[in-house]
Amino acid sequence: MKTTSPVTVLIAAIGATVITLAQNWKLAGFIFILIVGGLFPLMASGVFTFQITQLLIYAIAIAGLNLLTGFNGQFSLGHSAFYAIGAYVSAVLMTQLDMPFYLTIPIAAAVCFVFGFLFGLPALRLEGIYLALATFALAIATPQILKFKPIEHLTGGVQGLALFHLKPEAPFGLQLDQDQWTFYVTFAVTILMFFFAFSLVNSRSGRAMKAIRDNHIAAKVTGINLSLFKTLTFGVSALFTGVAGALSAMLIAFVAPDSFQITLAVAIFVGMVVGGVGWIPGAFLGALFILFVPNIAEHIAFGLAAFFDFVRKFIPFFPTIGEQSSKGLTGTVYGVFLILLIYVMPSGLAGLLRLAVQRLAQARS
Amino acid sequence: MEQVVQQIVGGLATGAIYACIALSIVMIYQAIDHLNFAQGEMAMFSTYIAWQLMHWGMPYWGAFFLTIAISFVLGYAIERIVFKPVHNAPVLSHIVIFIALFVIINSMAGFIWEFTIKPFPTPFGTKPVLGGGILSAHGAGMIAVTGIMLVMLYAFFRYTRVGLAMRAASANPDSARLVGIRVGFMNALGWGMAAAIGAVAGIMIAPVVFLEPNMMVTILLYGFAGAVVGGLTSPGGAVFGGFAVGVIENLASFVPQFGAEMKLTIALALIILVLTLKPNGLFGRKIVSRV
Repeated sequence: MKTTSPVTVLIAAIGATVITLAQNWKLAGFIFILIVGGLFPLMASGVFTFQITQLLIYAIAIAGLNLLTGFNGQFSLGHSAFYAIGAYVSAVLMTQLDMPFYLTIPIAAAVCFVFGFLFGLPALRLEGIYLALATFALAIATPQILKFKPIEHLTGGVQGLALFHLKPEAPFGLQLDQDQWTFYVTFAVTILMFFFAFSLVNSRSGRAMKAIRDNHIAAKVTGINLSLFKTLTFGVSALFTGVAGALSAMLIAFVAPDSFQITLAVAIFVGMVVGGVGWIPGAFLGALFILFVPNIAEHIAFGLAAFFDFVRKFIPFFPTIGEQSSKGLTGTVYGVFLILLIYVMPSGLAGLLRLAVQRLAQARS
Repeated sequence: MEQVVQQIVGGLATGAIYACIALSIVMIYQAIDHLNFAQGEMAMFSTYIAWQLMHWGMPYWGAFFLTIAISFVLGYAIERIVFKPVHNAPVLSHIVIFIALFVIINSMAGFIWEFTIKPFPTPFGTKPVLGGGILSAHGAGMIAVTGIMLVMLYAFFRYTRVGLAMRAASANPDSARLVGIRVGFMNALGWGMAAAIGAVAGIMIAPVVFLEPNMMVTILLYGFAGAVVGGLTSPGGAVFGGFAVGVIENLASFVPQFGAEMKLTIALALIILVLTLKPNGLFGRKIVSRV
């Protein structure tokens, strides 16, 4: 009788796995992401780990907005409000009720879902630019409402809430510092949320959402309950953003009304458009943009300011009015970046990628 | 009771500010069918130009009219340079460009003229004209200027060929082009006019709130509120809405607990309320679109 040596079995097993993965590239990609994500914080520096954690959090928020805008055709410039609610629910539960952080995520998600659903009701009557305006108003009002005196004992008023002493430690005696552990938690939640987003978009409800976006009258005729699906989508979108908010409360370990200004809503919105409207993986590209481009703009502005100083030495009548700092230039450079980006790719990075893939396919055939 | 009357008159004075800016919002909405988020920043920049001209020794009214002319040209140029190339991009991309313009103009002003607060002169004086000093001469002058602008705009849209062409170009670009209207030119003209009206609004507002790069951020919001309450298609409605928002905001300070700190929230709740009950505003026409 022939015996198979363990080595042959091992080789056969590896071979079979490789063949399976080669046939199923989605699974292969998923495993690849798991490995990269799992090893990343062990190799990267603390600061970089922190930044990538922030990137994942932004990506969840952007994906939430994308579900609403890209798949259901409703605008929002007010998602900073849901981000704030998520962060505050988590923070208040931790400080007031000594709840463990992990438990506060689903609660923050549920609360945001309810808020989003309720806000979706008046939003039903608004279209396009009017909805953008109403949500814009929501975003502007958010910091003020958070500072509201009668709820100050919960929210900490203008000072906000510090959570440094409540940051979760790695369990089971794992040799990880807080930032690394925070990354793993965020990473796990990100995978869960994106799995949810992909499943939702490809489900029966997802098709109903897209049908409403494409032609709401036709959608109605085929028996889709417009108001129900639109408000539900608003709720789910708020849920995503709320989860992102809760995670950010843990990452930054501090919540204050002024962290949730309109600039945050604008950043989420810009991230969505840059990444690509109606393309879920674009959320990561958008997050990359809003996280790093302001820094790059700052560097360029710094260089420009130095250049102006240099020019001024040679041309004495070069117009100067007071102290000109690079502070003003940063915004200008960032804005010019944004406009150029829209020029080059009017439908975001998703559109650019799609175009590239099309060209490649044409070149092959 | 007397207190209530005082608050109402005071509200009318601040309302004039909002009415001014609401008017320029309606102007641009009539011309391009969009809300311009950078409108307030454009007005702020124009005000800085006026300040600079006066700083160089120009008399008030000379600077006033020259600024309006410069603003018109700048507004026209923004449409031609920034918006023409992305004419066919989706609405979302347009909103991103508005945001980019907002950031660029805001920080440019900070770069050129610093972020410190500057006082701004008024041509009307600051003496009180109405009992108890609630309404200053400047407040009255501002209300008058808003009225004059409203009449001129109404006449422009109602009685001139260009005004009619502009409305047509905004309402139905394709048909307008078929009857020989230069739609692109009309859009640019609308931008120029909106910038000019914004310049007037900025110059009128600056003596009250002082000149600094962020002076328009909240005012723009109230302006939006006013325009939406009155209806984005109606200049008269926008002016009414602006005054209404000013008065309501002032009366809100009577509500116990809320007081001054929730003023903004109340104004914003108002937007949502009006939009929910009457999506086209109080005086707006209902737009019926063919499927």
